[in-house]
Amino acid sequence: MSEDILISVRGLRSAFGPHVVHENLDLDVRRGEILGIVGGSGTGKTVLLNSILGLKQPDGGEILLDGMRLSEMNSAQRRKVDSRWGVLFQNGALFTSLNVLENVMAPLREHVDMPISLMEEIAAMKIGLSGLEPGACSRFPSELSGGMRKRAALARALALDPDILFLDEPTAGLDPIGAAAFDSLILELSRALGLTVVMITHDLDSLYEICDRVAVLADKKVEAVAPIRELLNHPHPWIHEYFQGPRGRAALAGKEN
Amino acid sequence: MRGHSIQTAEPAGLVVREEGRKTVLEAHGDWLVETIGPQDAPLKRIARSADAENVILDLSHLGRIDTAGAYILGRILRPCHDPDADFHFAGDHPVARRLIHEVRVRSTISEQPKAPVSGFMSAMARIGAGLEAAYLEAVATFAFFGRTVTTAISTAAQPWRFRLTPTVWAMEEVGVNALPIVAVLSFFIGAVVAFMGANLLGQLGFNVFTVELVGIAVLREFGVLITAIMLAGRSDSAFTASIGAMKMQQEVDAMRVLGLDPYEALVLPRVVACVLMAPLLTFGAMISGIFGGMLVAWSAQDISPALFITRFHSELPWSHFWVGMSKAPVFGLVVAVIGCRQGMEVKGDVNSLGRRVTASVVQSIFAVIVLEALFAMMYLELGI
Ligand SMILES: Nc1ncnc2c1ncn2[C@@H]1O[C@H](COP(=O)(O)OP(=O)(O)O)[C@@H](O)[C@H]1O
Ligand SMILES: [Mg+2]
Repeated sequence: MSEDILISVRGLRSAFGPHVVHENLDLDVRRGEILGIVGGSGTGKTVLLNSILGLKQPDGGEILLDGMRLSEMNSAQRRKVDSRWGVLFQNGALFTSLNVLENVMAPLREHVDMPISLMEEIAAMKIGLSGLEPGACSRFPSELSGGMRKRAALARALALDPDILFLDEPTAGLDPIGAAAFDSLILELSRALGLTVVMITHDLDSLYEICDRVAVLADKKVEAVAPIRELLNHPHPWIHEYFQGPRGRAALAGKEN
Repeated sequence: MRGHSIQTAEPAGLVVREEGRKTVLEAHGDWLVETIGPQDAPLKRIARSADAENVILDLSHLGRIDTAGAYILGRILRPCHDPDADFHFAGDHPVARRLIHEVRVRSTISEQPKAPVSGFMSAMARIGAGLEAAYLEAVATFAFFGRTVTTAISTAAQPWRFRLTPTVWAMEEVGVNALPIVAVLSFFIGAVVAFMGANLLGQLGFNVFTVELVGIAVLREFGVLITAIMLAGRSDSAFTASIGAMKMQQEVDAMRVLGLDPYEALVLPRVVACVLMAPLLTFGAMISGIFGGMLVAWSAQDISPALFITRFHSELPWSHFWVGMSKAPVFGLVVAVIGCRQGMEVKGDVNSLGRRVTASVVQSIFAVIVLEALFAMMYLELGI
């Protein structure tokens, strides 16, 4: 079983000064799965993502990718890894001085050798995939709405056809139709390309619809990881409240009808 | 499928066969974003020469494929009547057809119109646009100035609305923290003037006039000019950057919505601080410049400090000091207004922040020098 684990987090400790966010946190991401991460605001979901991505040094513990320690990689290995994963940051993190098309082309320029015209076509295709109008290509991030910025950021995250996709609250701020299309796109890509997706989300519909497993962050660690239906009757009070609260039940009812 | 990470990609290959009226495209190897680059040109050539309706994609030798590969393979079928028709495909592949389909239906590509450019006309258009922009900038700066003045007046009528803490903070930033550098620069300018005096006047035997030269130059012009230029380079750019960053993060919008007037909260404290601190800085610059001149006069021309000071008192009227001092608040005002206005002009992107900081420093130094010339003419006419 151990060989289909793609990412494993072992004993992670994160802290900002005296403020401890994670203590002894363990998490495994299996190859090809869509893993949802939920947790209250400020429980450290984004910090966990940043730690896996190497943007934040862990204050303890290890992150392993394909069994290799991230902390021990040299810069060539690191570069290879960087081209294997795509990241959609919570606030989009688009380059504000580039227009949408150039934003999506940025990773292609950096990692791939191909004619510029083809890069433009592929970038435009990714922008279409992520659900933006073609007209948005030449607009700058500051001229887009929040939801459009998210889509543009998704297009950039998908630019290199990564093996692993990290999404930080991808459907927050999208209209329900857009969010559903987003879910079906992620599911389709994951199934067709064997993409591994780690997705922080509060969208219960996404959790029911596309996530193979859901990890719940509470009390500074991963309290539970399981397919969502097994979590419905979890004894932990926060998890119980999360899935059995009014919204949780409404989403479940919507799913069962 | 792209299972294993360590797997390296096979190069993408393409074999073209003509079978009667049909063109069969056989894809070999892995069609991935990192491998498809070389296949772009051949596929485009085929798309131009062959009729899309008669193209068949043979997928039996295809290795791995991703959305970029699916896009470039499917591109040739886009003009077809029914790009998903079975007769367009041959051979089996676990995901290729599905992916080609998904990529096509989920993304509609439109050609990006490129703006036409012609030499002479575009050059003239740019000159015209530049002139218009300069004119509009000037108008907008005056409008901003007017807005600041009305805010100041309404705050003077309701003094409890004045924001003391930010003002004091800005005074420390603009005045106290700038004093060392202003003093050092002015010291050197005073010394240089004294050296020039020593050279020129010494040849003529009028050594003692060095005192008047240093006094007039530093009091009337250099003290205040050095101060203004330091304000422009140091505080003005800081104003633009800090207000601009707040604009970028929509903090200014948030203030407006909360009923805070950004002119009152951001602009007025900085302007008041600059207007108040510029004369004090100028005073410091004058003292330090004269001190520099005195040291040089002492070492290079044997004018003792005692003689220097006595002569300074007896020969130089106070009017020089007041001429210099009278310009300081005006320069402070202009620099602060330009800095704040450029900050408020920043839009959502990083580039505009950079452009605005540059514009702010350039405009304020320009304004200071132009005003300096106007003051010189004015005082000349007045005979002061
Ligand atoms: N750069 C930082 N400096 C200090 N504290 C931080 C920083 N980033 C995050 N935190 C703290 O870490 C905790 C987790 O934050 P985050 O992971 O962003 O929450 P969320 O789960 O909502 O994404 C919060 O309490 C936050 O205050
Ligand atoms: Mg977060």
